[in-house]
Amino acid sequence: MTTLPAVRVWEYYATILRRTWKTEVVLGLLQPLVFLLGMGLGVGSLVNSRQSSVDALGGVPYVSFLAPGLLATTAMIVGAFESTYPVMAGFKWQGFFEAMAATRLSPMQIVRGMFLWLATRIGIFVAGVGVVLALFPDTRSWGLLLAVPVAVLCGLSFATVIASYAAVCQYDASFNYVQRFIITPLFLFGGAFYPIESLPVALRPIAWITPLWHGVELCRGFSLHTMGFTTALGHFAVIVAYIVVGIAICRRLFIRRLYR
Amino acid sequence: MSDGEAVIEARALVKRFGDFEAVKGVDFRIERGESFGFLGPNGAGKSSTMRMIGCVSPASGGDLRIFGLDPTAHGSRIRARMGVVPQQDNLDSELTVLENLVVYGRYFDIPRSECKARAAELLDFVQLTDRANSRVEPLSGGMKRRVTIARSLINRPELLLLDEPTTGLDPQARHILWDRLYRLKQQGVTLVLTTHYMDEAEQLCDRLVVMDGGRIVAEGSPRQLIERHSSREVLELRFAAGTNADQTTVLAGLGDRQEVLPDRVLIYAVDGEEVLGEVHRRGVPHESALVRRSSLEDVFLRLTGRSLVE
Repeated sequence: MTTLPAVRVWEYYATILRRTWKTEVVLGLLQPLVFLLGMGLGVGSLVNSRQSSVDALGGVPYVSFLAPGLLATTAMIVGAFESTYPVMAGFKWQGFFEAMAATRLSPMQIVRGMFLWLATRIGIFVAGVGVVLALFPDTRSWGLLLAVPVAVLCGLSFATVIASYAAVCQYDASFNYVQRFIITPLFLFGGAFYPIESLPVALRPIAWITPLWHGVELCRGFSLHTMGFTTALGHFAVIVAYIVVGIAICRRLFIRRLYR
Repeated sequence: MSDGEAVIEARALVKRFGDFEAVKGVDFRIERGESFGFLGPNGAGKSSTMRMIGCVSPASGGDLRIFGLDPTAHGSRIRARMGVVPQQDNLDSELTVLENLVVYGRYFDIPRSECKARAAELLDFVQLTDRANSRVEPLSGGMKRRVTIARSLINRPELLLLDEPTTGLDPQARHILWDRLYRLKQQGVTLVLTTHYMDEAEQLCDRLVVMDGGRIVAEGSPRQLIERHSSREVLELRFAAGTNADQTTVLAGLGDRQEVLPDRVLIYAVDGEEVLGEVHRRGVPHESALVRRSSLEDVFLRLTGRSLVE
């Protein structure tokens, strides 16, 4: 009986996770809980007391508006981080990609396996957020069942781009740029904390061209049941395009790095 | 040397990195069951050649066939039938010894239960059964090397590539490794290794090529190479520091050939003791004298004018 090559690559990562999953689960639940309480209660009490603000959010409490965005931002942050240092480790510190390349695995199989793993990894944390959101009446929604997988894809779209970047980086100091110039600005300007219509027109394209805003919109649309089918399809297409193109680029760069 | 079945065949093989030509057109043929070595200093092109054979580095020119297949078209099929021990261990230090082997076996699509059975067998072979469940990280360099060798055998390869298998290991660890590799050879595994240790090449290789500056400068069995390129014996003389070059006149005419190295003067001769007697008769003051048999180191020195480990 044969197993899909990508799954066999995934097994390597899963073997490592078997040692650490308990701490990860605790972290994965604790982080969104703290965040939700802090932002929902703190910022929420300010926002909810102003009628014009509530109107701008579509008439829902701030915490209901914020919560779905948390799914997408968590996915982005996990996807981005997991495709920096852990990817470089495979080339440089641990050399597990080199080890894989010497076996019968092909570069594409290695790349697919890695992304299958990254999706799992993002999934663990996004599911943690989903569980936390299901605990509270203001954030609970059947739409979460759709929002969680969509958020995973959103995180994966970041992972494909940043893993490609990691595949050409020689030093881990380069990852500081990812954090400072991509993740932090998007976290703030990607529409997770306020509708991007609140931003000056000049800044809105930042949200449009990167996958985070599309992920946030989808998660929010599903959770609050406010999204039409065609709009959803448009957002979805952007995220999928990032993933498809990202994986193709990543494969090329892996070949260049591993098969010198 | 062309009656057996060729496992690897290279003709005019070239590897370029940008403007730099690491391998400048080499020819070799390695037969099934043979133990074949690439001997040369760092930068000779050994590792580049090994990576091309390992199908993880496309050739820039020439022709390469492994198991009769073209590595560019059939890399995966070829790699499925070979084992690789890279120059630097790339074991996963967070996993246990056993997990490392099982995970690697899975890359070859060997069922998990079969991986475990083979891993147990292989850990017995490399004498690490008692460490099966310990993490890799605290193991000694020699043990890690043995784990890497066990891992490389998980797919029962017909061909095993070893890139500097004992570099950086202490003498005892090296002897354990040599013994294990010798057993593999007896089991019929084709061994291809690179080394810059002449004693390793003499211990393990039926046949070897000497590489220097990306070219093959000699080929043969260790004995043939020594007979062809060196004398039977060598007299090594050490003089007071910095005076080696001054000895040429007093030593003139002794032996077949002389090499002045930074730390000693080598005099090649059929009978080293006889030359040493002459040195004494001439009253040449020296700090120490040693007569030994010629080794591959001498062959290398003769062929390239440099010593192997610099």
